[in-house]
Amino acid sequence: MNADELPPKQKGSGAGLLPILNQPGSRRTAMKAAGVALGLTAFGKAISPLWSIPENVSVDEFLQQHYKELSDDDKKKIFARLESETKEELGVDVTISDPPPIPGVHFGYAINLSKCNGNGKCMEACNKENNHDRGTDQSYIRVLEMSKGSMDMEEGNTTYDHTVPQDDKFYMPVQCQQCDNPPCVTVCPVEATWKEADGIVVVDYNWCIGCRYCEAACPYHARRFNWQAPEIPPQEVNPNQGYLSNRIRPQGTMEKCHFCLHRTREGRLPACLEACPTGARVFGDLNDPDSDINWVLKNKRVYVLKEELGTRPSFFYFFDS
Amino acid sequence: MSIASTHNVTREEAAHPVRSYPKFLWWALDEATNGSVLFYVWMFVLTAVALVGANAWAVQVARGMIVTNMTDHVSWGLYIANFTFMVGVAAGGVMMVIPAYAYHDKKMHDVVIIGELLAIAAIVMCLLFVVADLGRPERFWHLIPGIGRFNWPMSMLTWDVIVLNGYLLLNLHICGYLLYMRFLGRVPDRRWYLPFVWISIFWAISIHTVTAFLYCGLGGRPFWNTALLAPRFLASAFVAGPAFILILFHIIGRVSDVQIDEAPKRLLINIVRVTVLVNLLMVLSEVFTEFYTGGAHTASARYLYLGLHGNDALVPWIWTAVAFNLVAAALLLSPAVFRSSFALVLACVLAFIGAWIEKGMGLIVPGFIPSTLHEIVEYTPSLTEWKVSAGIWALGLMVLTVGLKMSIVVFTSKRSKP
Repeated sequence: MNADELPPKQKGSGAGLLPILNQPGSRRTAMKAAGVALGLTAFGKAISPLWSIPENVSVDEFLQQHYKELSDDDKKKIFARLESETKEELGVDVTISDPPPIPGVHFGYAINLSKCNGNGKCMEACNKENNHDRGTDQSYIRVLEMSKGSMDMEEGNTTYDHTVPQDDKFYMPVQCQQCDNPPCVTVCPVEATWKEADGIVVVDYNWCIGCRYCEAACPYHARRFNWQAPEIPPQEVNPNQGYLSNRIRPQGTMEKCHFCLHRTREGRLPACLEACPTGARVFGDLNDPDSDINWVLKNKRVYVLKEELGTRPSFFYFFDS
Repeated sequence: MSIASTHNVTREEAAHPVRSYPKFLWWALDEATNGSVLFYVWMFVLTAVALVGANAWAVQVARGMIVTNMTDHVSWGLYIANFTFMVGVAAGGVMMVIPAYAYHDKKMHDVVIIGELLAIAAIVMCLLFVVADLGRPERFWHLIPGIGRFNWPMSMLTWDVIVLNGYLLLNLHICGYLLYMRFLGRVPDRRWYLPFVWISIFWAISIHTVTAFLYCGLGGRPFWNTALLAPRFLASAFVAGPAFILILFHIIGRVSDVQIDEAPKRLLINIVRVTVLVNLLMVLSEVFTEFYTGGAHTASARYLYLGLHGNDALVPWIWTAVAFNLVAAALLLSPAVFRSSFALVLACVLAFIGAWIEKGMGLIVPGFIPSTLHEIVEYTPSLTEWKVSAGIWALGLMVLTVGLKMSIVVFTSKRSKP
């Protein structure tokens, strides 16, 4: 296939500049065209699994705007679409709501490490309440089993499976610290995550592109990525869903703890707090001087995780004296 | 290669009045896809590998990134490792541009286009590696300023989108314009390329600085959170880029009629002789600070170099890189590289692979191990990740091959001498 062996190209008017189009007789040109056609066909075949995108992503979903640009009317249509999609896929009737932040409220959370005994009920409750994947027991909370006499997380362990509490251990649950200076929000290239007026950092699951920069930026391992679509048995789906919180997340997007905003913005408590059998968890409005959380801040010696990073968490830890 | 045989054709075409830029590109593309059996075999193999990669990526998009071995603990892996490295290769091409234009090195001027074409291919690969890493690639339009929501200037990733695409456009313009003028037999108008060349010099520095800022700005990742990261990135880029160009010189000399002058080669070797030492000094400085200080901040470095609590997946990688870098440095500093092309190519290959490991897997993965809650979850790329990465490399090499052939066709065509 050396060029020297091939017949010289014909040279008509304009032929030299568009040789492939004007010289159908040339053997090399024909072979090139065949090669390109073959290559394109093979390419089409190779990327054929991509057809799952138009099957799973409707045009409306593809063109959907950022949460902050949606009118009430848009939201109504989107919620209806999501509800009908869940009905279609899982046969479950769900309601998607979007409670706004309560004016003047800034939520805070505190955990009494003298009480927490590492039983893990909070993780279970989170898994159920927030429609997490069941196969991986996904949860927004990780409980570290720590050695007494050290606050070094390097000595901690999240994968313990013995009876709790162990005499020489204490237990420290970690979830999103709802920072007032959240590094995850700063780094997001598309503003798919932001801090709401009540201090909760949320994710627009329909806007996130799945680059996972926020996951790299978070110092508390608070973010989770949907490496695949979550699998939940239909009878276990929590039908009371918030658009920015516990609705079933799409594959390939980021999610995180949202202080159960679909509950807390309506005056209820987070699911992890309700499930805790030890009473270690305290939740409330940091702006309300009479709230339980403020009582803890005033009367206990509290600390925050990785204070030196300047993230200013709304999440506190304390011990009974 | 059969450049000689095309001369008689092109010379007669030179008289033709229709010479629009798109038609020139079409002509050059056509000429560039003529070649020897070796060329067709090379392109066939690359196409096959690229198709395997495209298929693996399509499956990843359909089934979810569960087909990778990334986890919530190690949330970036082989893709971002390759991305980081290729940004360096793209920036490394500037080590030819600076002598050619800033110091008016005539001999370098003749071959500077090789560096610019390498930058184009490398940036194409960078962009593909980022797309491969996205969980929802069909939402890429959210990143387009104007129609999406571009978190600029806060997010370093938006800066990267700007500088990478900008660098691609700059180099496409410079290469395209200079080749086109050469094709027309005209003297290029300095106003149409010199300002862009100067911008591209600073831009090359910026693409790698911004990419380093992606990582070193994260307070929660002590392994990356060092001010030395951007200078280190540049130093290793100025090893890997010129090393690859030296390898290219060798290949071009072997498979084509083009003979590249000794002077640019010598200059590049002298550049790498310095940068390879600067890079080693910076690595040493980083390693000293990590290990002498000790404490929790050293955990990632300990994991990388020594293994941590019995986990040592990266230890063989990084010691391979250290060995390659040291041997490459020794070879490059010896006079052998000027005498023996084997020694030179070996040194360049070792330096290139060494930088790939050090700045890829050796930099991205330990940033996540141990995790921010000090859990240790290890990572080795899955078969899908290897396939997609190989596919992107193959496509990048195709872009580079065709680009180089286009420029060789233009440069060796007699019509260009007025």
